[in-house]
Amino acid sequence: MKDALRAAFFIALKDMKTYYFKPPNISWGILFPFVFVLAFYLRNPGDFSPLIPGLLALSLLFGTTSMEAIVITFERMTGAMERLMLYPVSTLTILTGKIAGGAVFGIAVTAVLLFGLFFIFPLDIANPALFLASVILSSAAFSALGAFVSVAVKQVFEAQTLANFFRFPMIFLSGVFIPVSALPPSLRPAAYAMPLTYSVDSLKVSFGYTAEIMHPAASLFVLLIFTIVLLALSVKIMKGRM
Amino acid sequence: MYAVITENLKKNYNSFAALDGVSFSIKKGEVFGLLGPNGAGKTTTIRILSGMLKPTSGSALIMGNDAERKPVEVKKSIGVVPETSNLYPELTSFENLLFAGRLYGMKSEKAGTRTDELLESFGLKEKRDVLFAKLSSGMKRRLTMAASLIHEPPVLFLDEPTTGLDVMSARALREIIQSLKQKGITILLTTHYIEEADRLCDRIAIIVKGRIVAIDTPETLKKSVSASSLEDAFVEITGLKSELLFQEKEGSR
Repeated sequence: MKDALRAAFFIALKDMKTYYFKPPNISWGILFPFVFVLAFYLRNPGDFSPLIPGLLALSLLFGTTSMEAIVITFERMTGAMERLMLYPVSTLTILTGKIAGGAVFGIAVTAVLLFGLFFIFPLDIANPALFLASVILSSAAFSALGAFVSVAVKQVFEAQTLANFFRFPMIFLSGVFIPVSALPPSLRPAAYAMPLTYSVDSLKVSFGYTAEIMHPAASLFVLLIFTIVLLALSVKIMKGRM
Repeated sequence: MYAVITENLKKNYNSFAALDGVSFSIKKGEVFGLLGPNGAGKTTTIRILSGMLKPTSGSALIMGNDAERKPVEVKKSIGVVPETSNLYPELTSFENLLFAGRLYGMKSEKAGTRTDELLESFGLKEKRDVLFAKLSSGMKRRLTMAASLIHEPPVLFLDEPTTGLDVMSARALREIIQSLKQKGITILLTTHYIEEADRLCDRIAIIVKGRIVAIDTPETLKKSVSASSLEDAFVEITGLKSELLFQEKEGSR
């Protein structure tokens, strides 16, 4: 267990050093969240505050999933993934390392965004511990989603396209702009099946808003379940390709 | 006594048999060559032996461990140099080897020391801080081989190690293989270059269409078909056997 965690740590570290500034990562993982936030701020600076938790969750979503599309798909294209499989580490360890690297990237991008927002906006995080837990578990769940999407395809652009198939509906259905309770009843089950919904809900509570879906502890638990299930599915798909 | 034992290895992709009952054993310290035309099953054999691919049936033991059941144990005891030099282009020579060492469970300090030793012995000391992407093909190949030896494995698999290299780089790599043999490392080598196999290998297996059609020392293989060179023997054996296999398949229809 200790050896596996150590190996996962070094895989994550290597990915950070190697892939953080690859072009697709800069466009989807870094620029997109910044442009998105800036666009909404410029549109309505006076009433921007309630959107912040949702936009931070979106930043985590795009940062992590973009990173996974690179670290997994790119390595499979170059043969580097095959080399990784030659080391005495399990597929679970490899993907844990990949997901950890993606999660750290998402957190880093969001931290920069948050830092920027502090300068232009009076931010009040009512519950810092919940905020931190929400950010960490959301990143893990989104990164696992990115891994799940990336192990199923061969090219980076395919991974980004398939990721958008999940990401774009989440933007509109997960409570970022429209509360889930305001959605037509037929769309609500889709919202409940999306990890972003629970991320937005727990982040909103950490900023002092009322929980809309469930108690934040329950939301964090759901995010943990998403992480485990998506990781397990990614491992299964990757092993099936051997 | 034996470092590698394969028994009746088969690998099917739908109706295509990539391996069709491959059996051979490699003694400890032996350099064993796997010769065959393109698509004969050489790389498939190496991928199964290194725990990367599951066989349809049959077994492969590496240093007593079953490649399918104990892949992690097997991977600890082998070094693999794949057909392409697939280290990380964005990392330096030192960083690539250090990363490899860490994934083999070595402490960072020991991995660092071993990395410097390998860079020295592979003539890459001056390229320590150069990105892998900036190295020449020969240097990339040498560094890939160094990465496969970071954990001092008793068994080494080399898949077409000199393909695409210039004469001097290929020669330098062959000298490295000979020095590894002197250190007692068991080597399984696949190659297209028959002269290379003749010069380096203690025994050679000739594989055609997923089947081993001959297995012996280079000298005995030459004598078996009264050939003056291993190349003549290879052409004779693979030509004959391919024809026989074709006739056998035609006859079974």
